[in-house]
Amino acid sequence: MAEDIKKIMFTVRKPPHGTIYVYEGLEVKLIMAAYDADISVVFMDDGVFAVKKGQDTKALGIKGFEATYGALVDYEITKVFVDRQSMEERGMTEEDLLVIGEDEDTEEPIKPQVVDSDEIAAMMAEQHNILAF
Amino acid sequence: MKLAVCIYEGPYNHAASDSAYNFIQAAVQKGHEIKGIFFYHDGVYNVTKLMEPPQDDRHIANRWSALGATGIDIVVCIAAAKRRGIVDDVLVPNVRISGLGQLTMMAIEADRLVVFGD
Repeated sequence: MAEDIKKIMFTVRKPPHGTIYVYEGLEVKLIMAAYDADISVVFMDDGVFAVKKGQDTKALGIKGFEATYGALVDYEITKVFVDRQSMEERGMTEEDLLVIGEDEDTEEPIKPQVVDSDEIAAMMAEQHNILAF
Repeated sequence: MKLAVCIYEGPYNHAASDSAYNFIQAAVQKGHEIKGIFFYHDGVYNVTKLMEPPQDDRHIANRWSALGATGIDIVVCIAAAKRRGIVDDVLVPNVRISGLGQLTMMAIEADRLVVFGD
């Protein structure tokens, strides 16, 4: 029954590179998306860099994962949010955000939705559990 | 309350493992049910029998193993473990390797999923 489906939120607060948290956190999202759970993802603090387009990890000698974030919608992860304040503090605008998939009908590109902190707080209050990476 | 615990950090290097252990002990004492313990990221290093700490220090892997012997399900993430050279052969007793699906079930079934780590 729909009302039994648990809301699980992922927060991404760390920068995408330098540690493995964000990359392995992405692996958790992809697995959990296959289960009966209402998944949402919020990028905040330095985590907003994970959804910045044009990441190039070649010089770091590590496998990048921008392409996987670019396919979140394919994994049926569509509730993807970015904290406006975190983004602005880091000199990013909506223009800098990568595309996470496209609309099935219109084929329009889908980007993470920029929201204010109080909206995030309200969403957090509704969650069954929250996982931070 | 039904609790699940996820541990992100390796042993000794970081207090997360100790904090999680103490938290679980206290929770059990208070009568809460532990649905499971999940080791992720470098947390997978917490349950290798290859560790040999000085004798006057706590033995973190044995401590987790003893907790597992009480019937608490302790799971090591297979993806994180393979990346770090942790395989079945090196695990202490009473813990098992399995997939992220186990963490998913813990997140769904537990009233609170408590994460220890940075």
